[in-house]
Amino acid sequence: MRVHINGEEKTIEEGTSVADLVAGLGLAGRRVAVEYNRQILRASDWAATLLREDDALEIVHFVGGG
Amino acid sequence: MQNQNLSDVFELAGRSYRSRLLVGTGKYADFEQTRLAIEASGAEIVTVAVRRVNITDPGKPNLLDHVDPKRFTILPNTAGCYTAEDAIRTCRLAREAGIGKLVKLEVIGDEKTLFPDVAATIEAARVLVGEGFDVLPYITDDPVACKRLEEIGCKAVMPLAAPIGSGLGIRNPYNIRIIIEQSTVPVIVDAGVGTASDAAVALELGCTAVLMNTAIAGARDPLLMAHAMKLGVEAGRAAFLAGRMPKRLYATASSPLTDLLG
Repeated sequence: MRVHINGEEKTIEEGTSVADLVAGLGLAGRRVAVEYNRQILRASDWAATLLREDDALEIVHFVGGG
Repeated sequence: MQNQNLSDVFELAGRSYRSRLLVGTGKYADFEQTRLAIEASGAEIVTVAVRRVNITDPGKPNLLDHVDPKRFTILPNTAGCYTAEDAIRTCRLAREAGIGKLVKLEVIGDEKTLFPDVAATIEAARVLVGEGFDVLPYITDDPVACKRLEEIGCKAVMPLAAPIGSGLGIRNPYNIRIIIEQSTVPVIVDAGVGTASDAAVALELGCTAVLMNTAIAGARDPLLMAHAMKLGVEAGRAAFLAGRMPKRLYATASSPLTDLLG
């Protein structure tokens, strides 16, 4: 199944949740925020949100800036 | 004297701060230099940007491992946003990342000058204030635009001194003075400061504070410049409180004009 993460195409298994994906990237417990199909997805909803074909995720964090 | 300095705090979005210097975290050689520059500046409010995690190398060290959000007020910005919609999305993500509801709103209108899109900034500010954000908008040194943003409910106005990263200093001190006179929220000069005397001028004019990044990070010795900026801001603030002498066209002698040699 194909999804879009931060503008890049990724192939993942059926039944993968947003929480699984975030953990798989090594970002569990990090200060990141997730937008799911252009809507904010609260961390408390990550586990219950299963990814579907063509979903788009944005995962952001804080970097240096002025 | 000392007591006066200690009690000279300002309120921003319900918190009080002693340091009138806000600093950015961009353009440093590494996180350690960032940390040391913030330390030398004495800043209590620190800006950060919101960007995509690099998913091919997501485990890299993070800025906030080096800048403790428990110690500093972290102020996420919307740098790089050219529409109200993108700026709003960025603010929502920043709040979701657990930093709080304070945001530095920038909606850029032109790539070359990085001047704000005033109409889009006002539009985004209205939505964000409605969603409960504490909005600090970067804006042109335009008193009318600043007034509108204050009326909307922004917690401060942040007129530019000069284009971002230009180091030109305050290009229109008269507009900044008008903005200060009319505002009931803090006025924070944001962008365009180049050196310590520029920071001092901002505070002498009566600005509440000044926000800068490149002036420190782009100096040959960023840590020494961070220290210089701290002193510049303190000197400017003290001079403002002291009340400068009036300017005169002609001389007035400092020494007695009587009892001169015959």
